[in-house]
Amino acid sequence: MSNKSTPTERRIILKNADDPNYSNKISCYLREGGYAMLKKSFKMKPEEIGAEVLKSGVRGRGGAGFPAGMKWKFLDRKSGKPIYLICNADESEPGTFKDRQIIHKDPHQLIEGMMIAAYAIQAKQAFIYIRAEFFEGARILESAIDEAKAKGFCGDKILGSDFSCDLVVHRGAGAYICGEETGLIESLEGKRPNPRIKPPYFPAVLGLYQCPTIVNNVETLCNVKHIMEIGGDEFAKIGKPNNTGTRIWCVSGHVKKPGYYEFECGALTMGEMIYDVCGGLLPGRSLQAVIPGGSSSKILRADERFSGKLKDGTDFDWGVEDIPLDFDGPMAAGTMSGSGGIIVMDDTVDMVEAMANINAFYAHESCGQCTPCREGSLWMRKITQRMCDGGAREEDADLLLSVANQIEGRTICAFGEAAAWPTQSFIAKFRDRFEDKVKNPERKKSSLQLI
Amino acid sequence: MNLSEETILKIDALIPKYPEKRSAALMIIHLIQDELGSIDLEACEWIADKLELQPINIQELITFYPMLREKPWGKKHIRVCRTLPCALRGSYATCQALEKKLGVKEGHVRDDGEYSIEFMECLADCGEGPVVMVDEETYENVDSVKAGELADLLTSGTLETSKKFVSYENALVQDSNLEAAPKSKPSTK
Repeated sequence: MSNKSTPTERRIILKNADDPNYSNKISCYLREGGYAMLKKSFKMKPEEIGAEVLKSGVRGRGGAGFPAGMKWKFLDRKSGKPIYLICNADESEPGTFKDRQIIHKDPHQLIEGMMIAAYAIQAKQAFIYIRAEFFEGARILESAIDEAKAKGFCGDKILGSDFSCDLVVHRGAGAYICGEETGLIESLEGKRPNPRIKPPYFPAVLGLYQCPTIVNNVETLCNVKHIMEIGGDEFAKIGKPNNTGTRIWCVSGHVKKPGYYEFECGALTMGEMIYDVCGGLLPGRSLQAVIPGGSSSKILRADERFSGKLKDGTDFDWGVEDIPLDFDGPMAAGTMSGSGGIIVMDDTVDMVEAMANINAFYAHESCGQCTPCREGSLWMRKITQRMCDGGAREEDADLLLSVANQIEGRTICAFGEAAAWPTQSFIAKFRDRFEDKVKNPERKKSSLQLI
Repeated sequence: MNLSEETILKIDALIPKYPEKRSAALMIIHLIQDELGSIDLEACEWIADKLELQPINIQELITFYPMLREKPWGKKHIRVCRTLPCALRGSYATCQALEKKLGVKEGHVRDDGEYSIEFMECLADCGEGPVVMVDEETYENVDSVKAGELADLLTSGTLETSKKFVSYENALVQDSNLEAAPKSKPSTK
């Protein structure tokens, strides 16, 4: 028995979600003090709320990790055009299932966060763009909005004030690209979700209907409520500097207890997450690789070491299990925490098949607007599929890398990078497996079919 | 095109929610597809007319979005998550078990129109994979053995009442029957 204690969760966003005495009804939310922060916020000036969010340092939880308060500051308030708020609930980065919990189990927390945000940015209207596979999720949000409207927390003359903001649930239709904020905006305008080029189309200036628009992730908007509860300065003390608040980590793949776990940023390492929180690997298996932030993030090999200097000047020398789970830790290890989706792979995984699985995803989901991405993702899928079908060639690793390198940096949106990074990192770290496929084309008996 | 009065009323209520009519396109398509199973050319023309657009503005959506259909799926549509986290838990075997039991290949509709199976890209429930959806219900941890059992219940029409397979959505509905009960009162049982 180890004396080391298991790191304990700190549930702020998911405080009530899994309480057996709690449901997604407004009565439960009100019992837990719900909408009190909306009332508090409406006694403040809108810009004071923005200032608290900025002070909190909260970074976007959708994947890019951009400070939310900064995003709000970029909002063009001088144009006189209406301002829109959009919640990105298109949760679709493979490995991520945190927003699902909030939407289904605690929808009013999101609505309260959104209405505070809407007041802070003085939005004319707000939308929740939810992925269509969440059939019940959309219904839950709609009935929660009706409940909130009946109590004056949303819609016309909120809390009897002069501020009105309608909230509309808008369903996508199964396209990953709608999680990209400008693609999402195009989709919400009723068009194909081809992302827009930045500049000039920064949503905060030229967003929905060419009006200033803020697009925030579900978890980010929920955080707004908690920032108002304790204030930006106090919130900034949760977690670590530049990595404030909690994060909901979603662990999937080959661990004993996959699931979602909310911790203060930096409260634990990757090793503690895998071995202590998730119960470790399945019996007789050993760790082969971890994808730390959704399938777009660069893969980590179990025996890799990372060293260098952190932003605060301290030296680090980490193995995979030493990487702190926050924003900056995975970044220092050359990857990213992305959407918080940690995919664990044990020694039974055929890495070429895993690559083929990921490539099939990106080939399916490329919107097709930019040639390097449309053609490149397709060819990466075809090459890895051929390799798994017994037709691997010696030059395949270099060929894949060359295709990936020709996508990165040559597309309108970050999907190009999202499609290229997995291939670049798999080849950099598992080149031996790609070369071995030529000599040993058969899948091992212990490996699951992944393509 | 024969649309029910109810759907038309819903569509008419939907359009004014948006600052610009065209934004309602996707939601109208969902409503019509829910009723008719697919969006054919006639439906495209009807929606375009409703929103003062050209039919191509609707058809280009149908041909882009994976969940929009020009031809209907089967009466029961089964979606299996294909993406890496579910695949690492055996979703390919799950899909094959379903194909065998239901007599239809992934991506197809059975000849009698009863069942169809589709591989989906990430259903955002990766901690409980393999994930299978039957119409709008999500079933978790469906390995290949369970997939066979699920298919049996499905074909005998008893999946919805099964105690072994309670969908994610049904578990929530049972949960939300709970109005604000007094907090953390231990059960007296």
